[in-house]
Amino acid sequence: MPAVESETQLRALLTALSGVDAVGVEARAAKLATRSIKKSTKMKAIDLAISMVDLTTLEGADTPGRVRSLCAKALRPDPRDSSVPSVAAVCVYPDLVAPARSALGTASVAVASVATAFPSGRASLNVKLLDVREAVEAGADEIDMVIDRGAFLSGRLGQVFDEVVAVKEACGEAHLKVILETGELVTYDNVRRASWLAMLGGADFIKTSTGKVSVNATPPVALVMLEAVRDFAETTGRIVGVKVAGGIRNTKDAMKYLVLVNETVGSTWLTPELFRFGASSLLNDLLMQRLKQQRGAYVRPDEFSGD
Amino acid sequence: MTEKKLANSQLGSLDYDPAPESASIARLKPSYGLFINGEFTDPSRHEQFVTLNPATEETLATVAQASAVDVDAAVSAARKAYETVWSKTTGAERSKYLFRIARLIQERSRELAVVETLDNGKPIRESRDIDIPLAAAHFFYYAGWADKLDHAGFGANPQPIGVAGQIIPWNFPLLMAAWKLAPALAAGNTCVLKPAETTPLSALILAEILQQAELPAGVVNIVTGDGSTGAALVDHRGVDKIAFTGSTDVGRLIQQRVAVSQKRLTLELGGKGANIVFEDAPIDEMIEGIIDGIFFNQGHVCCAGSRLLVQESVADEVLRRLVRRVEQLRLGDPMDKNTDVGAINSAQQLARIEELTEFGESEGATRYTSSCELPEKGYWFAPTVFANVSQSHRIAREEIFGPVLSVLTFRTPEEAVAKANNTNYGLACGVWSEKGSRTLWVAERLSAGVIWANTYNRFDPTSPFGGVRESGFGREGGRHGLEAYLNV
Repeated sequence: MPAVESETQLRALLTALSGVDAVGVEARAAKLATRSIKKSTKMKAIDLAISMVDLTTLEGADTPGRVRSLCAKALRPDPRDSSVPSVAAVCVYPDLVAPARSALGTASVAVASVATAFPSGRASLNVKLLDVREAVEAGADEIDMVIDRGAFLSGRLGQVFDEVVAVKEACGEAHLKVILETGELVTYDNVRRASWLAMLGGADFIKTSTGKVSVNATPPVALVMLEAVRDFAETTGRIVGVKVAGGIRNTKDAMKYLVLVNETVGSTWLTPELFRFGASSLLNDLLMQRLKQQRGAYVRPDEFSGD
Repeated sequence: MTEKKLANSQLGSLDYDPAPESASIARLKPSYGLFINGEFTDPSRHEQFVTLNPATEETLATVAQASAVDVDAAVSAARKAYETVWSKTTGAERSKYLFRIARLIQERSRELAVVETLDNGKPIRESRDIDIPLAAAHFFYYAGWADKLDHAGFGANPQPIGVAGQIIPWNFPLLMAAWKLAPALAAGNTCVLKPAETTPLSALILAEILQQAELPAGVVNIVTGDGSTGAALVDHRGVDKIAFTGSTDVGRLIQQRVAVSQKRLTLELGGKGANIVFEDAPIDEMIEGIIDGIFFNQGHVCCAGSRLLVQESVADEVLRRLVRRVEQLRLGDPMDKNTDVGAINSAQQLARIEELTEFGESEGATRYTSSCELPEKGYWFAPTVFANVSQSHRIAREEIFGPVLSVLTFRTPEEAVAKANNTNYGLACGVWSEKGSRTLWVAERLSAGVIWANTYNRFDPTSPFGGVRESGFGREGGRHGLEAYLNV
């Protein structure tokens, strides 16, 4: 892996990356969106998608009770059917890591916590690192940090990189997901460069969005990030995951992302260890479509718990 | 360990279950007659031929073989319609008919897509998302021109030519019919259309649509048949204009035959398009563009990017990614919605592709062929890339008209231009670079009718299309497309 020794070197590395043609990448994503996923493939893909969900609640009104009921849902998404897999993780604010940890115990479902002054990232590095350490100490397995978009857009790439490195160190054993907030980076060139910056800084995952701005995950952005993890793996041998978050509400959308993964990076990434959906309402739609595949007819939405 | 995991990452490992479109949507009849003077009629000699599904070799329908007598009847009907009805119909009225045809194509788009895929072998995704919508778009576009010909830049009150004989190929059957008919009708001409022998069906569905649209009888006549039908149309003294899309060899014959007549002529012929890739090209989109450029419609595209000219500094990287992507193409049942590459249109075309690719190997080029399985029945050719191709190789000079790409390299922009232009053809080229000034510098120097920048095989009714040199003359599409059907 190329060691980053100076901001000049980092800038040279990132600007040497191939540009992204916006028309072309959007056309490619739109074309892959026409793939028709049917029958047993659909069933398999729905179960895979369920196992990739980071079941998320990031509201000011969150309480320990709310988090506990979310954890119950995460462990057994459909209490009537034990063949439904658990989701990958529960994603909460740092102060709610402890109740999530105690509700999930030693189950395979991970506790993920947003940190680093989520969602804006507007705080000093010390505050951000403290945020991370507290979440890890409270039992978080995964940390979702945000990059400083202001610094990135004003060209202070070294600062953004140093923050990722420092947060990675603060994470210790916890996995680090780096949120690029692609809706604020705006261009695909920026998305590609920010992806590489985060991976060079030590990210275990790169993640599209906080879900808190008007533009969240989109298929073309996901495609650019998948190409980045593929090329990074080929260059460095290190495999980084991708998490798409924000605005993914139904099975059809989730299928589109799985097709992108399938045809861009392939089987290695078709696992919750390397691909995630950050979502809340998506899970119920996946469950409903799963039941539809089994029974041939839709059930009422109230058949599933509202968590 | 991670290296191994990476190497094992299978692209497309999530197997898609078959998602076939239903063939019954086509509602095909067992046999079709000729469409003359607004009605389906039997051919004078009662001769029929069969049209096959190239993916299965099964017969789809029998179609009438038009003789010179039938062609004469069609031309006479067109002449009568021109003199008594169509030349007296106002532009605004003609426009209404064209809008109506466009809307009916949209209404019957699913049926037309299925018919096109069954008869041609192209993937249903392409006929559904490209051929049929574009055919409708051409009628919509020229509907807008019909009452504005005074403002098309050809002087006041430009006049139609008369009866147009139009001969179209098998690669985009309905779309080529739309390219020919829409501007001709907008300009006030009447038409005799001759679809390709192997793909007559969508034009016959179009004939039903023309009836539905209540287009006056004789304004469009459709005569199916083989080369002899086309020859009869070309030679007919009642035809004022011939528009032909097809091979350069046949185009040359046609030009000889109309040389001593009053007939106007436009030809859209073969090509050996070059995709020129500079080292600063947007790599992922460029790879997709090259793939689209040569494997779209099984490479049965006159403007296909069948030569890849890649800057030497990135040649290995581009080839590596290209081969990986080729391996990922899904070849198979054209009716399956997830198929990327369909069947070769005919046994004859397959034989030509096989002959030229064998030649490529014997000339010393390095061959990469997709390991995809080929179905047992039907005409199939696995996507193929030749590396280390030289300018002198046959596969770098002759039009293969199949899913076969020849990769050559260059060192400087000057060399790229020289190699791209070193061909008898001049239909289309693509330039891939993030540097606009270089793209424009190269584009100015290329001898080709169409030049795409950072894309390939994009078509739009508003944009003129056509070639230079042995790729033909005349333009189709856009305002320019009207000129071929106006007395200017």
